[in-house]
Amino acid sequence: MKKRLLRNRYLKAIGGILTGITFVSLYLPIIMILILSINDSSRGYAWEGLTFKWYLRLFTDDIMREPIVNTVSIAILSTIISTILGTIFAIGIHSLEKKHRIRMMIMNNVPVVNPDIVTGISLMIIFSILSFTLGFGTVLIAHIFFSLPYVVLNVIPKLKRLDPNLYEAALDLGCSRFGGVWRVVLPNISTGILTGALIAFTMSIDDFVITYFTSGNEYMNVSTWLYAALAREGRSSLTPVAYAYNTIIFLMTIVIIVFVNLKKERKERTA
Amino acid sequence: MSKKLIELRHITKRFGDLTVLDDFNFYINENEFITLLGPSGCGKTTCLRLIGGFETPDAGEIVFDGKVINDLEPNQRLINTCFQKYALFPHLDVFDNVAFGLKLKKIAKEEITARVKATLKLVKLEGFEKRSITTLSGGQQQRVAIARAIVNRPKVLLLDEPLGALDLKLRQEMQYELKEMQKTLGITFVYVTHDQEEALTMSDTIVIMNEGEILQIGTPEDIYNEPKNRFVANFIGESNIFDGIMHEDYTVEFCGKKFACVDKGFAENEPVDVVIRPEDFDFAPPSKAKIVGVVDSLTFKGVHYEINVLVSGREYTIHTTKYREIGDRVGLAVDPQNIHVMKKEHR
Repeated sequence: MKKRLLRNRYLKAIGGILTGITFVSLYLPIIMILILSINDSSRGYAWEGLTFKWYLRLFTDDIMREPIVNTVSIAILSTIISTILGTIFAIGIHSLEKKHRIRMMIMNNVPVVNPDIVTGISLMIIFSILSFTLGFGTVLIAHIFFSLPYVVLNVIPKLKRLDPNLYEAALDLGCSRFGGVWRVVLPNISTGILTGALIAFTMSIDDFVITYFTSGNEYMNVSTWLYAALAREGRSSLTPVAYAYNTIIFLMTIVIIVFVNLKKERKERTA
Repeated sequence: MSKKLIELRHITKRFGDLTVLDDFNFYINENEFITLLGPSGCGKTTCLRLIGGFETPDAGEIVFDGKVINDLEPNQRLINTCFQKYALFPHLDVFDNVAFGLKLKKIAKEEITARVKATLKLVKLEGFEKRSITTLSGGQQQRVAIARAIVNRPKVLLLDEPLGALDLKLRQEMQYELKEMQKTLGITFVYVTHDQEEALTMSDTIVIMNEGEILQIGTPEDIYNEPKNRFVANFIGESNIFDGIMHEDYTVEFCGKKFACVDKGFAENEPVDVVIRPEDFDFAPPSKAKIVGVVDSLTFKGVHYEINVLVSGREYTIHTTKYREIGDRVGLAVDPQNIHVMKKEHR
């Protein structure tokens, strides 16, 4: 009996250590970036006192303003467009016969599992065949392209859980087909649409590979700009402003994830 | 006589290779409470969905008030539906659920409020306006679903097994209330159920269906007392069904004995099905009775006993208020008018 207790204690300790190591390796890099973003030193990693000036410079410096504006505007636009299109696609796919529906879902899932580099290069090839000038337009199309399947994936399960009679009841009470979707289907799948939109937004804001291949020489978002700076001048060129930017993006992602999970939990409790 | 409001003419409906309704014909009179009754999968819900406009027939015509409405969308029909699982809108409260149809018709706000309130009163849900749908019990949700449909003052209300999910007591209460509502509102009710007791209690007319075909149409009394064939007799109430031979008018032989009956018009020595309802048997002294057997089992059912009597290897089911011990030798008698003779089904 005593032996068993002892063994349990050892197992518990080992489990604790492993958990600790996992968390440290997951979060240490992020914490490092966070610390560097409030470190009053423009070069090197030595601590030289607390400051928030890098955050301020993020908004006042000309050097990073353009990439940030590009990143955010692409993220917002591609989120809006892919959410609208993805919701329409999902409703369409859901109302297909089972055989066709499964085929469409496979087609939808291929871009999701496709490596970014393949997606990026193939989009680049298509754009150059169509002789599109690489820049804002092509990046926007590429971002819509890769975030759209995620919206579909988040909306479909909500549609599946919806009582098919709800839409018919709306028609029965006087709605047109479109009115029925607008007044009854959309309000009841709104959480799926919102989750899809948030995922699309985070996907767009932290994308590097696909943007790199579709943006050309002039147009840059933050990640391609950072990469270019690194390639040009080495690590010393990494201004702490970039750390500040990364921290903000990280915090935004955290907020979005917490929000999505809370929303999900509340839904499950009421359902 | 009342006029025909809805008519289904030669309706055929297929889902893939499966023919659900085949050359289906019947009509519904104005202000009638008509029930489509049949086992699950007999096509009764499909029939309702055709009338509601949620399915289109592959052949045939649906006529409403003299006009063919095959191509009308559900929202263009003066028909409302009460769905099996209610299909209430979970994102709206009770008031907005009931007001849904009226708001679409662009009716003045005050009138909407007044009509919703009056309808909620009718279904005994006063004061529930602001309640969320998810907090309601099954019976209350059922009432909201009915209110949501009748507030639009449809000519016809379609009800698809609306009481299926309720417990027995509540179901009986709602049966009565639905019937009352139908009378006061003067709306034609088309009701779908597989519960024969419900159908007998509520309907003016019952349509018995099986495998996409109509077997019998009639008043509850007609169908109970004069079932057209073995299936109907079995489906409506419990029955003892025997193979018999019609020797001549008013004389039928079954179980090796000849009985007087009230049926005529069969061919000489035509094989027939004979139906005797369990409550139509009476005990008689074994010395005088044509049928003599031994009590095999006995179940107390509240109002009556259900007694199974074994007669030369065959069980007869009898409902009676009289008590007999298991093992008792009993004679059975039946009045001539309670012997129902039916043509054999040719299948």
